Amino acid sequence: MRIDRSQVNYIADLAHLVFTEEEKQQFIGQLNSILDYVAQLNELDTSGIEPTAQVVHTSEQNYSWRADQCRPTFTQEQSLTNGPETGSGHFKVPKVISEK
Amino acid sequence: MEIESLTSEKIRSLIDQGEVSASEICQAFIKRIEKCNPDFEALLHFDPEFALKQAKCIDRIKEAGDPLPELAGVPMVIKDNLLIRGLRCTCGSKNLENFVAPYNATVIDRLEAAGVIFLGKANLDEYAMGSSTENSAFRPTRNPHHRAYVPGGSSGGSAAAVAANMSVAALGSDTGGSIRQPASFCGVVGMKPTYSRVSRYGLVAFGSSLDQIGPLAHNVTDVAKILKVISGKDPRDATSLGVEVPDYPSNLGPLINGLKIGMPKQYQTSGIAQTVQGKIAASLKLLQDLGCELIEIDLPHTNYAIATYYVIAMAEASSNLARFDGVRYGLRVPGQVDLASMYRKTRDAGFGAEVKRRIMLGTFVLSSGYYDDYYLKAQQVRTLIKHDFEAAFQKVDVIISPTSPTPPFRLGEKINNPLSMYLSDVFTITANLVGIPGIVVPCGQTPDGLPVGIQLMGKHFDEQVILNLAFAFEQAGGFTL
Repeated sequence: MRIDRSQVNYIADLAHLVFTEEEKQQFIGQLNSILDYVAQLNELDTSGIEPTAQVVHTSEQNYSWRADQCRPTFTQEQSLTNGPETGSGHFKVPKVISEK
Repeated sequence: MEIESLTSEKIRSLIDQGEVSASEICQAFIKRIEKCNPDFEALLHFDPEFALKQAKCIDRIKEAGDPLPELAGVPMVIKDNLLIRGLRCTCGSKNLENFVAPYNATVIDRLEAAGVIFLGKANLDEYAMGSSTENSAFRPTRNPHHRAYVPGGSSGGSAAAVAANMSVAALGSDTGGSIRQPASFCGVVGMKPTYSRVSRYGLVAFGSSLDQIGPLAHNVTDVAKILKVISGKDPRDATSLGVEVPDYPSNLGPLINGLKIGMPKQYQTSGIAQTVQGKIAASLKLLQDLGCELIEIDLPHTNYAIATYYVIAMAEASSNLARFDGVRYGLRVPGQVDLASMYRKTRDAGFGAEVKRRIMLGTFVLSSGYYDDYYLKAQQVRTLIKHDFEAAFQKVDVIISPTSPTPPFRLGEKINNPLSMYLSDVFTITANLVGIPGIVVPCGQTPDGLPVGIQLMGKHFDEQVILNLAFAFEQAGGFTL
């Protein structure tokens, strides 16, 4: 699997990252060498093998149910303390809805 | 009072007998940090007043004649991806340079209740991504044994702080070897517990199915004591398991005669440096002399482990780092016309190159059309690797390996070749993939004075077995082979 520039652009979009043309060029090289390396996983026959999502136990073995009750948590003020831009008890962000 | 010789046991005895106060011990370490940290940059930030306030609390308990908690007065440094309420938590990233933790990690609550003094926050590779601490957005940490060399990573600051006696012990986190490899490079003891042994609540997540928090210290006993305090089920971490926590330090004792130690034949390769091979061979001889039986075992999928690890780790990282978007905390690049631009400019400014690389790869392997070929495939190979270890542990009690194929390398030597950096994780990543515990202990130095560490891995929840083996190795002089 080789990544080209259009795929780098697509992935960058998904990941909300931006790169200069020079950085993209460097990335293509590095990503491709890493992907070449991980391609060796295709040498293995994994038909019928369950994927390991939880490494030590299944969710049935470690259910963590609790009663649906409110517990002490942050106040609104505490939640906002690290906010880059806040006001009226909210986090403020640039506009979400476009004018189109 | 010589700082270098302080262990948690000595500190306890000094405080109990009224010879020194917790505040005096704290003050001595503060002085040591002020003197040494500029040389090694182990700590990103430290707050002497915060530490002294904690020390005073311990002193007041002593003065009142009340019983002291088990780690009273023991100073620790904490990797800067673990939250301590009121202190900054940067994760070694520009993104969180000014982020102040609003709550304590569970391990911090437990250590605080045990009387530990938090001296400061230790440097790390950004978001724990790296094997040398060179990826810290602020500055690299230097190996206290030799300043031109790396301390390892990503818990390089934690390991260096202990090695330089800026602290008695430290906490690190380990996703692919990030406690064990720096412990090896800095000549200290470091342990990654079984996955789900220690709560991850309050650890900034990197790879959620791989991450564990663990202790670093000069000796096995201190590692055992800290492990006991931090282990156990936490309702706030749904992956933590309610398996009983043994009294690890009290159970440290004589070795089981005939303990079976497995040596994976796939690990005995030409890729291991001569100086490392020599120390490993000497360690194996010592263990045989102690009555252990060395058995060759087969881990057939060893060659696929790194690829498996990196696909899974990068995928999980890309998901975990999506939260850093400039909305609720961290850096935000102001003045953007719309939300998407704000996300992009912010993440571009906040993340370093290695982090971006991993997010890109992770996003790719999870994206539609590639998920089955990469992520799902890796999860299946992970199962095959798990089966390898299950079969091996039918034959042996402990699996032994070098920690790193090479001794510590120089700053700048590997940083421009990410793949070469990833390949050096070969011995440590499998413990994270399979979830088993691993402890690294020093086993001597190269002729250049660089530390070498050996790794002992056990079955799930067999921390006591590997701690006991490590303890016996220590008592028999293994650390200075």
